[in-house]
Amino acid sequence: MRVLSSLAMTAALLLGTSMANAQRAGPPSFENSMAQRALACTHCHGSQGRAAPDGYYPRIAGKPAGYIYNQLLNFRDERRHYGPMTQLLATLSDDYLMAIATHFSSLQVPYPAPVGSAAPAAVLERGRQLVQQGDASRQVPACAQCHGQRMTGVLPNVPGLLGLPRDYLNAQLGAWRSGKRRAHAPDCMADIAKALQPQDIESVAHWLAAQPVPVDSKPVAPNSNRDGLKPGSVPTCGTADRMAARP
Amino acid sequence: MSRVQPRSVRLGLIWITAALLLVGAAAVLWLNVRGDPPIDHLPSPGGAQAIERGAYLARAGNCMGCHTSAGGAAYAGGRGIDTPFGTVYAGNLTADPDTGIGRWSADDFWRALRNGRSRDGRLLYPAFPYPNYSLIEREDAQAIYAYLRSLPPVAQANRPHDLRWPFNTQAALAVWRALYFKPGETAPPENASPALKRGAYLVQGLGHCSACHSARNALGASSPLDLAGGLIPMQNWYAPSLNSAQEAGVMHWPAADIVALLKTGVSPRGSAQGPMAEVVLHSTQHLNESDLNAVALLLKSLPEHANTAVSGRKAAPNAAGAALYDKYCVQCHGDQGQGVPGAYPALAGNRAVTMASPVNLVQMVLHGGYPPATAGNPQPFGMPPYIVDLSDPEIADLLTHLRGSWGHGATAVSAVDVHTARSRHLR
Repeated sequence: MRVLSSLAMTAALLLGTSMANAQRAGPPSFENSMAQRALACTHCHGSQGRAAPDGYYPRIAGKPAGYIYNQLLNFRDERRHYGPMTQLLATLSDDYLMAIATHFSSLQVPYPAPVGSAAPAAVLERGRQLVQQGDASRQVPACAQCHGQRMTGVLPNVPGLLGLPRDYLNAQLGAWRSGKRRAHAPDCMADIAKALQPQDIESVAHWLAAQPVPVDSKPVAPNSNRDGLKPGSVPTCGTADRMAARP
Repeated sequence: MSRVQPRSVRLGLIWITAALLLVGAAAVLWLNVRGDPPIDHLPSPGGAQAIERGAYLARAGNCMGCHTSAGGAAYAGGRGIDTPFGTVYAGNLTADPDTGIGRWSADDFWRALRNGRSRDGRLLYPAFPYPNYSLIEREDAQAIYAYLRSLPPVAQANRPHDLRWPFNTQAALAVWRALYFKPGETAPPENASPALKRGAYLVQGLGHCSACHSARNALGASSPLDLAGGLIPMQNWYAPSLNSAQEAGVMHWPAADIVALLKTGVSPRGSAQGPMAEVVLHSTQHLNESDLNAVALLLKSLPEHANTAVSGRKAAPNAAGAALYDKYCVQCHGDQGQGVPGAYPALAGNRAVTMASPVNLVQMVLHGGYPPATAGNPQPFGMPPYIVDLSDPEIADLLTHLRGSWGHGATAVSAVDVHTARSRHLR
């Protein structure tokens, strides 16, 4: 297996080199498209925004447009902190950020198979419970309540939670818990993350990262997620004004 | 060593010193209040027309650039401006009576612009560019005041400045002002045409271009009339000289290209990047054609300074740099550095590449960026950051390669140059 993958890697490298050489002769390839404009994003977030292999740069392809748009605003307006993102977006308008968000949300790129988890069964079970049922004793709602029963996200603003690396999930929940990551007020995720213990976050991240992404990975329509929910049990979450106006 | 002075001589010396100090203090005091406009607390003209005009002028002066924090309420202040002396926090300009300028009269406001003093007489730090704003006419100050009063008041207390001693004292500020500031010093020559006068008013006054485009001395002072380029402290971007055709001088450009750059952020001869892209986004794109043409006229009229000889190792194409160029740059900038018109700048023959200071190149490679998304160019093409891809020596090789290729005769860039440009930068 290792030999095979290193062979594949070499082939890819060779192919990459020959492509670069081919590109060298003649003018740069260019098309007047959003994909071309988004090259500044995909350098880190992977081709078509499918995520980078190192786990630091999450997938953006296929996430709900409102979610991506809110995150772009959060980075630009310093509610989320990553210097290179903030600087990259400093000169961009709300309209352009919305166009970029819409572009990435329209891309359906296959997910890689999940990496198995070596965590003890009890940790995984605790993770599954929190994701599917929450923890009433600490007023933690189930992740599935907002992120969709299949956890592929809910239109227009709530992201899916599958197909993300464990390190990324850990880092984001941790950042929310410590106040480093923020969203528009009311910041529902901050409240939830603060109600979680570090071992809860670890369990959730272990379980989520080990789940396969369903064949239909698209975020679901808003109403399809509300069936069978107790009224008032869904937290109120903030968003940018233009997304709040949407269904 | 024990030369004992008679008591009377010692007493005399003390008296003379005391008298000198007193005269000095009086001089500093006088130099700080001269040119103070009278405060007559007349009711301010606050009609719709004044408000609209004030909104336009506030954009021309990019007041919001400093007086609005990232993600914060408009004009409520709180943004920190890093300086070599510490951090200065911009104040709340909304009409909130307790934390904003709700209790200020139009004349209080004009005095702040013209003479850098607050409502209570306190001296203001020149991070607020009153050496430039001192040129602002009273009528314009009143319009800006009327506009600010029309905004929703926001109760947000001003954050105290975080400056080192002695810069955190009013006495130090008074001495600084006595040395470097004279109200209304920057009026244009009487015989200038109305358009040129307007251009000077916008460039030297309201637009405060010199706040970046001139070198500051060790105490942070520069002249509103000097546009010969300077390193922007703490940001480590170099605001290039507007007097040099080798830097950002536009004396040889057609006025239409200057207007296009300020209006849209891009032009056939160059695009705005870094801090200038933010200026175009928040300020110059909103100027009307007549004002943009006035600015272009003024910029074209600036004297061209002779090139100063640049010393240092001459850059040459190198294999390491060429390999990095092929890997990271060629896709957009092309094998001949030709770029893509309207999307990616040509690097061959680009004065941003060949300019003596390499710091902007380092910032571009580290952080990438987009030209501003303006009404005239709403969806610009951008460059990714390479801060996690490239080490200091690699960036040095790449930039040296660029500065030595395509007939460029610029100086080489060392890993130390790159390190210096990237250090102190907020990540």
